[in-house]
Amino acid sequence: MNIMPILSALRRHKITSMLLIMEIALTCAIVCNAVFLITLRIERVHTPSGIAEKELTVVRLAAVGESGDEYARVQADMAALRQIAGVEQVASVGQVPFGGSSQNTGIKLDPDQKLPTASTTVYYGENILNTLGLKLVEGRALMPEEVVDLRSVSEALKNNDLKAMPHVAVITKALAQRLWPGGHALGKTFYLSGGAPLQVVGIVEDLVRPRIFEFSEGHFSIMLPIRLPQNYYVLRCAPGDRDRVLSQALKRLKDLNPDRVVLIKQPWETFREHYFEDDRAMAGLLAGVCVALLVVTSLGIVGLGSFWVAQRQRQIGVRRALGATRAQILRYFQVENFLLATMGIALGMVLAYAINLFLMVRYELPHLPGFYLPVGALALWLVGQLAVLGPARRAAAVPPVVATRAT
Amino acid sequence: MFAYYLDLAIRSLRRNRMLTALMVIAIAVGIGASMTTLTVMHLLSGDPLPGRSDHLFYAQVDGNPEPGNYHEPLDKLDYRSAVDLWSAKRADRQAIVAQSPVRLNQPDSTKPALRLTMLSTTSDFFAMFAVPFRYGNPWTAQDDERRSRVAVISDDLNAKLFGGANSVGKTLRLRNNDVRIIGVLAPWRPSPQFYQVAGGRFAQGDTADYYTRPEDVMTPFETGLEVNDGNFQQFTCWHLPSRPGHLQNSDCAWLGLWVELGDASKVTAYRRFLDDYAQQQKILGRIVRPQNTRLRSLMQWLDYNGVVPSDVRLQTWLAFGFLSICLFNTIGLLLAKFLRRSGEFGVRRALGASRHAVFAQCLVEAGVVGLLGGFGGWLLTLFGLWMIRHQPVPFADLVHLDTSMFAVTFVLAIATSLLAGLLPAVRASRVAPGLQLKTL
Repeated sequence: MNIMPILSALRRHKITSMLLIMEIALTCAIVCNAVFLITLRIERVHTPSGIAEKELTVVRLAAVGESGDEYARVQADMAALRQIAGVEQVASVGQVPFGGSSQNTGIKLDPDQKLPTASTTVYYGENILNTLGLKLVEGRALMPEEVVDLRSVSEALKNNDLKAMPHVAVITKALAQRLWPGGHALGKTFYLSGGAPLQVVGIVEDLVRPRIFEFSEGHFSIMLPIRLPQNYYVLRCAPGDRDRVLSQALKRLKDLNPDRVVLIKQPWETFREHYFEDDRAMAGLLAGVCVALLVVTSLGIVGLGSFWVAQRQRQIGVRRALGATRAQILRYFQVENFLLATMGIALGMVLAYAINLFLMVRYELPHLPGFYLPVGALALWLVGQLAVLGPARRAAAVPPVVATRAT
Repeated sequence: MFAYYLDLAIRSLRRNRMLTALMVIAIAVGIGASMTTLTVMHLLSGDPLPGRSDHLFYAQVDGNPEPGNYHEPLDKLDYRSAVDLWSAKRADRQAIVAQSPVRLNQPDSTKPALRLTMLSTTSDFFAMFAVPFRYGNPWTAQDDERRSRVAVISDDLNAKLFGGANSVGKTLRLRNNDVRIIGVLAPWRPSPQFYQVAGGRFAQGDTADYYTRPEDVMTPFETGLEVNDGNFQQFTCWHLPSRPGHLQNSDCAWLGLWVELGDASKVTAYRRFLDDYAQQQKILGRIVRPQNTRLRSLMQWLDYNGVVPSDVRLQTWLAFGFLSICLFNTIGLLLAKFLRRSGEFGVRRALGASRHAVFAQCLVEAGVVGLLGGFGGWLLTLFGLWMIRHQPVPFADLVHLDTSMFAVTFVLAIATSLLAGLLPAVRASRVAPGLQLKTL
């Protein structure tokens, strides 16, 4: 089909064509960026945690603090929880992956270093590795006999008594690679503020932070064998057993000390769900906007298409009278729409990059990957063709006899 | 003339209902989307204390023990600095704020204990921030000093525990300590919860939590530290506190200090006072970055912390992108509509109507579309806000359409449609009378 007559016809409708091109361009630009944002959010929602997500149950009790030895109570609680049928492992830990609030600290490779080499989160507690189901890549887990109470660590810090402080740690692979790029991390030492040198005795595949501040540091975690008085209990059991285990755990903890408030009692996935709630809502909203945009644009195409068909009734009649088939008329409007959409898409890609640049500056988003552009283009070509189908069919239905009538 | 144009507009819009509906829907959807996000922006970025905020300042000295070259001080103060600055009483009013989770029940009740957030602050807090009272009064400076076991509770908590009745004089148990209620607040919902804002620069735009409700229980500062000892959270520590949650005399930053300064000279004087204090503490060896003091006004502090969540900003941009597409759409449709009626305009021109008259007629028609679109947009905005109220965000309960935003909805809708009508109206008014008459 010769496109020259179509182009020369469009030249006579410059403003309307321009408007349609602009509308398609803007839609293309926004849809490309919105789809990109949606995939980023979805990627975030699925951030790997490195733990046995489906097997964990978390319980947290309000600190009572007044009576007795808090550290002894933690041990008593853990002993009671371990006896529940079906419970494979029990941990006491100061924070939970995707739990929101976290203990963070700077790591130094040299105690006299001014600025820390990396910022990391610290999982204090006991039996974390086995309970969370972390995958050990190198070395060993922390041993029960290495666990010390926080109060004795504080005491040791005050007296600068290096011997009483913990001196072993397990770190994640991501952190090991940041601290000793390309090197061997096992057996190396590092420092936290004011503490004794800590030796890396084990490296785990992954353990996500309770809260990701900096995307590149999201998997920088270390585990230290320090027992906390205020903690989360994590229980590991078969996924199907979790409801039963949870109710038994609550009962046992209540039996041990009835004067406690249960703050948290949930399967671990609830933390993930809650943590990414905003992201899911935003992804849904963006998807809704994309659909609405495409609908509005297609309505615009339908409106203008109908107008053009009505305006050109006579020309269509003449073409039909001169021998053009219905299919040719139909094709004419389809090609016209394709040309307009193509121009709009070309402009839209430039705009898409401009919007992406703006978002990169303002919201520190990554660069828009190239493959979003053909996807956006395809969507708009499709929407354009679908939208123009109605008016084009009406055009094809114009009988040749119209040519003889004066309008 | 206007009435005649209006009549013409309505006739014309009726003639082609499909096209009219398309235009109205386009404008309604665009307005609905942009007004929903604009309303949220308006509610989140407003001044929480109009008229007072210019005189309120957040004081900072840098407790960071490393002499590094960070440009900003820590967002909060350590106990020593906060108490020193507060007790110097160099401002018109001053208040320390500390937040902690607390277990609360009624000593004579069998209801299960509640887990709430407690604000521990000093007596000026209520006057400084114009906190409204329903029953009773705030505590006094003497209560601060004597560490009186008193508390002020929120309207919500009063409704929950006492069914909204006057509970002044009743006793509450905070952990294991009894406190007497001396005041009950009237509903108070500042947006954001500005006096607790800190650390925004580390939040990566994820700042929705700044819009949570104010604390349900408030106690004098030292009273709070006593009754809820062991439950305070640090902003940051440079050495682990010897007892977690007990932060007095620890190397931790965890307190906010707000001051009220009536005029510019007092602000200058207070700045100097902060600098002098930091210098003096440097001599004592307690502060190593004396140059790093700050005194930001309330709005500057909110701005510095970037309190409006980045998602909300992004949504606003998106909504205006959407509106602009709807605008292009409407321009195209109006153009189609007007050009189709070239014959009619030709007749009017031939009968003596001026270009201005045709132009005005077209704009009135566009305006009517805008008004209808505005009405639809208003309904969609209400729907959009209803959706946001059911989102799991801390500011959900704040979201509503106030009168000003209601007015803006219609102004924006009509402005959009007039803008959209401009080009088509110009084109329509240029129709040559003779040419069109020939084809009739």
